[in-house]
Amino acid sequence: MATYREIVLKYRLFMKAYPFARYAINPVPCAKLEKPLNTARVALVTTAGLHTPEQAGFDSFLKNGDASFREIPNTVTTSALIEAHKSNSFDHSGVQADRNLAFPLDRFRELVARGAIGCLNHRHFSFMGSILKPKRLIEEAAPQVAERLRADGVDVVFLTPV
Amino acid sequence: MCVQTVGLIQAAIERNGITTVSISLLHEVTDVLRPPRALFVPYKLGFPLGEPNNPALQHRIIAAALSLLARNDVPVIEDFQG
Repeated sequence: MATYREIVLKYRLFMKAYPFARYAINPVPCAKLEKPLNTARVALVTTAGLHTPEQAGFDSFLKNGDASFREIPNTVTTSALIEAHKSNSFDHSGVQADRNLAFPLDRFRELVARGAIGCLNHRHFSFMGSILKPKRLIEEAAPQVAERLRADGVDVVFLTPV
Repeated sequence: MCVQTVGLIQAAIERNGITTVSISLLHEVTDVLRPPRALFVPYKLGFPLGEPNNPALQHRIIAAALSLLARNDVPVIEDFQG
């Protein structure tokens, strides 16, 4: 079994060879926030592979990555979320100990209670980030989520990787 | 790959007229990908909000990220200053 240090080194070498520039965002879109944050509707997106106990997990055996997503209801108990991310390129112990580390729903509930943000959307979205060939993500899954967030009247989205 | 996945989803959402900000754990990926607004944090992969069960630190990181929402000189990539 490889140590974490060795896995990270392998991951780093892989990253050096990966053609990130192929997917560079151009032009960079810009949507100006037209209202104060304390009146804004906010949604979260994570790529930590989290899902509710009722939902099917992600498929970590798909060669190019699983571009599907799960809707996380805003009413969920954060600690009950299951972490299904199978990548061995990162240390899972933090998210196992506290889901807020990669999906800070409890922190955003506190921001609503303090009046710092307006409200939370009724749903949030979770992906599993290990997507080596992101064609389906770019052409299908991401636009679908974006369209649902727009239909919900969401003003701000906060995204977290792992 | 998570950092790339986040940036690509973020761009799709921003194109739909929604203001977005993300956390980045890998400067070298975010610098090339160029999502609209990103806060780089100096933590290891798997720890985007710093430490588990440390709400004070998590709130400081979230506040720093949310402060970037007012910026429209995209792409905005800032480092978290502890």
